[in-house]
Amino acid sequence: MSNIQHRNTVQEDPWSSLKAFTTARIALGRTGTAIPLKEVLSFRLAHAHARDAVYSKLDTNLLLEELHAFLLPVLALHSSAADRYEYLQRPDKGRRLDTQSIDMLKAQPDAFRQKDVAIIIADGLSATAMNIHTAPLLNHLLPMLKTAGLSMAPVCLAEQARVAIGDEIGSLLEAKMTLVLIGERPGLSAADSMGAYITFNPRPGNTDEGRNCISNIRQDGLQYIPASAKICYLLQEAMKLRLSGVDLKDNYVDLSLLKG
Amino acid sequence: MSYQHTIQHKRYQFADLRTLLAKATPFRSGDALAGLAADTYEERVAAQMTLADVPLKTFLQEAIIPYEEDEITRLIIDTHDQTAFAPVSHFTVGELRDWLLSDAADTSTLQQLSRGLTPEMVAAVSKLMRNQDLISVAQKCEVVTRFRNTIGLKGHLSVRLQPNHNTDDPKGIAASIIDGLLYGSGDAVIGINPATDSPQAVIQLLRMLDQLRQQFDIPTQSCILCHVTTAMQIMQQAPVDLVFQSIGGTEKTNSSFGIHLNMLKEAHEAALSLKRGTIGNNVMYFETGQGSALSANAHAGVDQQTCEVRSYAVARQFSPLLVNTVVGFIGPEYLFDGKQIIRAALEDHCCGKLMGLPMGVDICYTNHAEADQDDMDNLLTLLGVAGCNFIMGVPGADDIMLNYQSTSFHDALYVRKVLGLKAAPEFDAWLQRQGITNAQGQLQQVGKTHHLLSYQAE
Repeated sequence: MSNIQHRNTVQEDPWSSLKAFTTARIALGRTGTAIPLKEVLSFRLAHAHARDAVYSKLDTNLLLEELHAFLLPVLALHSSAADRYEYLQRPDKGRRLDTQSIDMLKAQPDAFRQKDVAIIIADGLSATAMNIHTAPLLNHLLPMLKTAGLSMAPVCLAEQARVAIGDEIGSLLEAKMTLVLIGERPGLSAADSMGAYITFNPRPGNTDEGRNCISNIRQDGLQYIPASAKICYLLQEAMKLRLSGVDLKDNYVDLSLLKG
Repeated sequence: MSYQHTIQHKRYQFADLRTLLAKATPFRSGDALAGLAADTYEERVAAQMTLADVPLKTFLQEAIIPYEEDEITRLIIDTHDQTAFAPVSHFTVGELRDWLLSDAADTSTLQQLSRGLTPEMVAAVSKLMRNQDLISVAQKCEVVTRFRNTIGLKGHLSVRLQPNHNTDDPKGIAASIIDGLLYGSGDAVIGINPATDSPQAVIQLLRMLDQLRQQFDIPTQSCILCHVTTAMQIMQQAPVDLVFQSIGGTEKTNSSFGIHLNMLKEAHEAALSLKRGTIGNNVMYFETGQGSALSANAHAGVDQQTCEVRSYAVARQFSPLLVNTVVGFIGPEYLFDGKQIIRAALEDHCCGKLMGLPMGVDICYTNHAEADQDDMDNLLTLLGVAGCNFIMGVPGADDIMLNYQSTSFHDALYVRKVLGLKAAPEFDAWLQRQGITNAQGQLQQVGKTHHLLSYQAE
């Protein structure tokens, strides 16, 4: 009987003050050697958010409506990966457009070609991130690009897409640069993180050393205004130097970070 | 030379050994992505039946990547030990499988055999084996290594304490180390994946780890998992215990990692000359994982599991303390789900052990793989039974820097408890002296005044 008297069998760790130094899951306590249920469920919830994000879909109706407000032509494209299942197993298919999308891009009028920047909104591994962050980010970014004097190709929405799909899109639109905004692989700490990839002279077959990346754009990560400023800086530098990637050093200094 | 097999009236033909090995491989997404997998279930079994009849001697005559083109092929052929090979030299691959499972193949026989086996022979036989066979054979192997403690003795399971932090903040890292030590982890190594490879950052972390180890007299070793060239560069000014490097099974894969065999040789000699090990001279720590060759577009038409075993030929050349296959980190395009991850981990562990390596496994998955903690629990238990040398210990199984899920300090305690496994003997004694565990290996309740809790990171 004595073994079952207490309702709370969880043994707490006397070092929970160390949690102030890291977001790692330390001082979880234990029951026997097991992690207490409360912590098991909290882990499971974080994983559920990540899984849901991986299987989330671009809300194209909402995004089309929001993008309409920016007065730019918008094209809805799809990769050659038929569905998420194929997308996860065949990265090569997520990097190439389906034939319908290729035809659509080929049919674009000359007025939409040979622009400085083609912005591509891709679902990547978290459409959730794109549904949340696309409009607020563009709200800050587009005016900055306009001030910088960069001309814009149609904005492309790309479903079941990986970063390199921008190379084919940019090449078909004859854009000088692409900016691929894409949902990043969800972690347990954040399932709605957006990444931004800049490529000068986009061509199918370009490799990742030829791109510049800005990562972790989200509410508790890199905020919209500094993210937009950094993207705009890198696009201008890439344009000036006629290259992107490892040879384009990221010397951008965020003034807002210097003041404290 | 071509290989063939007829099933009913259908004749299956396989152009060469490389193709035969790929087609005989249990299905995984990476081989399908590379266009190397069998087209049908029947073709796969036909390939396995064909492979079972291939004499082991064939593997010494037919290189799957040409000798002239690949320094790992040259290493494999040039270091093959004919004397060790002699007892099995008359076997086919199928006969080797049956013999490995027989009572004749005991621990010391397998230890003597390892230098006689090439990676391709080992990969081939593993493709014919069920998961149960992979566990049985691995469990008979024993590979023991030493630096400041003894890792890999039967009945023992060690843990790499992995206290990663997204900005390498020393206080954040120290918090995870203290947590891990108080949960009985850290006997394989205290090893940090740095967020940046900058030499200054690596030096700072190495000094911190060494200071902490000495302050509490912990019988273990430390490692910052930076590039081998960084480790060589800072060795004279920082306390480098183990030299780390990711390695692959083709020369081109290693080129993509910025390494080659001579560079590893140089690093190994430099680390040995530091003489920091107190009870042994195993100074290298390697990480591998199926899919890395394909990911670097350097697989040369060889299936991902055979490429993986070829990387073990590289590892064993440098007598490592630890070899860790990071099995589920690479993502679902190489290993799609829990089933594929589990199979691959058991293969890597068994093949590494047969090759004579101190194999550990990072039992892990990413959030875009079809896997969860239940799959990791299954794999952890299977590897515990198979006699895996070490696993990872990550706070709550959630690595906040690398953004993937591995095994926790609690997981290590679970598998030690249900299977009666112990920490490395020297470390186990230390845990008892610290009042962290008792003689039975059970975790004790430590008080607020435990001296590990007084540690202050600089």
